[in-house]
Amino acid sequence: MTASAGPLQQRAEVLSRKQIGAYHILTLVAPGVAERCRPGHFAALAVGGPESGMLLRRAFSIYRVRESGTYGGTLDVVFDVHGPGTAWLATRGPHDIVDVVAPLGRPFALPADQVPCVLVGGGYGSAPLFTLADRLRERGCTVHMVLGASTEQRLFGALEARRSAHSSVVTTEDGSVGVRGRVTDVLSEVVGRSGAAVVYACGPMAMLAAVAGVAEAHGAWSQCAVEEAMACGIGVCMTCVLPVVGDDGRTRMVRSCVEGPVFRGDRVRWSDVGTIPADALGAARGGP
Amino acid sequence: MPSPRDVDLRVDLAGILLPNPVMTASGCAAAGRELDAFFDVADLGAVVTKSIMLDPRAGRPTPRMAETPSGMLNSIGLQGPGIDSFLGQELPWLARRRARAVVSIAGSTLGEYAELARRVGSSPGVSAVEVNISCPNVANRGMVFACDPYQAAKVIAVVRRDVPRGVPVFAKLSPDVTDLVGVAEAVVAAGASGLSMINTTLGLAIDPGTLRPVLGGVTGGLSGPAIRPLALRCVWQVHQAMPDVPIIGIGGIKTGFDALAFLVAGASAVQVGTVIFHDPGAPMRIVAELRDELSRRAFTSAAQVVGLAHTPATDSLAATDLEGLRTP
Repeated sequence: MTASAGPLQQRAEVLSRKQIGAYHILTLVAPGVAERCRPGHFAALAVGGPESGMLLRRAFSIYRVRESGTYGGTLDVVFDVHGPGTAWLATRGPHDIVDVVAPLGRPFALPADQVPCVLVGGGYGSAPLFTLADRLRERGCTVHMVLGASTEQRLFGALEARRSAHSSVVTTEDGSVGVRGRVTDVLSEVVGRSGAAVVYACGPMAMLAAVAGVAEAHGAWSQCAVEEAMACGIGVCMTCVLPVVGDDGRTRMVRSCVEGPVFRGDRVRWSDVGTIPADALGAARGGP
Repeated sequence: MPSPRDVDLRVDLAGILLPNPVMTASGCAAAGRELDAFFDVADLGAVVTKSIMLDPRAGRPTPRMAETPSGMLNSIGLQGPGIDSFLGQELPWLARRRARAVVSIAGSTLGEYAELARRVGSSPGVSAVEVNISCPNVANRGMVFACDPYQAAKVIAVVRRDVPRGVPVFAKLSPDVTDLVGVAEAVVAAGASGLSMINTTLGLAIDPGTLRPVLGGVTGGLSGPAIRPLALRCVWQVHQAMPDVPIIGIGGIKTGFDALAFLVAGASAVQVGTVIFHDPGAPMRIVAELRDELSRRAFTSAAQVVGLAHTPATDSLAATDLEGLRTP
């Protein structure tokens, strides 16, 4: 990685914060960051201000970037309030300062050929999929989107999906909009109908596991962006590990922040996430 | 008042000369590479690498961390690539970058510590060795070597034997003991050149949803500003008992003033740890802030303040303009 491609740390000014359904979109002025971002990268935000007792950064996938404009480059992150840190972010407004480190992680791998692709998002996990859809369409790929959530309020970007993709399907668990059920209930049909070569997904771990399975059953590659809890986001703390099979067939506990967050779905040992598999490199031998 | 630029930050730490007293803490900077995106790691006093073991180690299951008030619990379990990979890749990288490397080692047995000391001691580019005898996230948690003066001394003795004379050996101590000075005296008698204080203290967090421990490893090490007063007390006590033993102060250092507080309590250098997760640029920010903190108090060097808090207060400080310095 060259220095110019690495992450930057900036005290970013908030340009705006909007509420959409259950979620917030925070737009930060971060010159230099936008130019480095590719779909699937994420940003780590410090929360609570300079005297904060909340030490750990909150990681969010990057929704949109604008490379230049009146205010210089900006980046958008989408978040849901589910603790004091995100509650603090939800009170930020124009001219407030948020310390941001971005871009982080490995982005989605793009196909070399013009192939059909299916993009799957659970909840606001769909956030990084819209710039991904743009890049894929620029390359001549056909893009199909499947977005799901528990309720309509918790869907993110259903309207945008209709603009970004050649086709889109929406599911809600309560049936408030779209097909009643989960993304995985319709995914097999969409992947089959589209003849997808790659399935991209971002959302909860269980959804990613199911998506990886569907892709594999159809002979498609899958690129899954995981949402593992992180303390630092930059590769130094070793908290965000999950078991992933390497090119050599060995399972290693790898950091989702620097070796991910995007992994090949067939390489992640989904059912072993949260454990240290006995055959993982360096697993305790001879006993529990 | 000296200009911040004129403040001499160099310190002599058990015979090694550091350009400034600020290092990264073991386990909070990996082997330095990731932080190089945020500042030049060669500008640090030293990079203390994550504790390395003989063999690759997968560590403990996730969740491995829980945020706590002004701190965090971690239960990593010394995940690492093993000594071969470390010496083959990480250490040469630090040497190429001309960073000073303090290599932290951790073993499960005396034999492993001895082997690690031999391997690290015979490698070029090692400024010092830090012996982690106090990681709480290993199999015998709570029963770490550093909790028993006799066991702690045995580890230090085998390491000292195999590390060349010119390379200082620091013992990293746990605060989870009744008689910290007793442990400190034992490891110094066994050959430790200095002491790194403190490692994390054992803690627990409960998940409000499941009403079960948050961490996969159940208990974890508490770190961050939450433990700073505990760490300062440890440094204070040990410096008072053994004023000539070099101490590296560690525990929740977030600002230049925090670093200064550890120096005056008796530390010759400090390590910045958990705060890196919050602010990856923190170590070099703290170097700059320490320079300012010394300058505004009319000090010309970092070395001159080491242990200052143990001497009676004089009017010399009051004579300086300390407006605004009372509540840092």
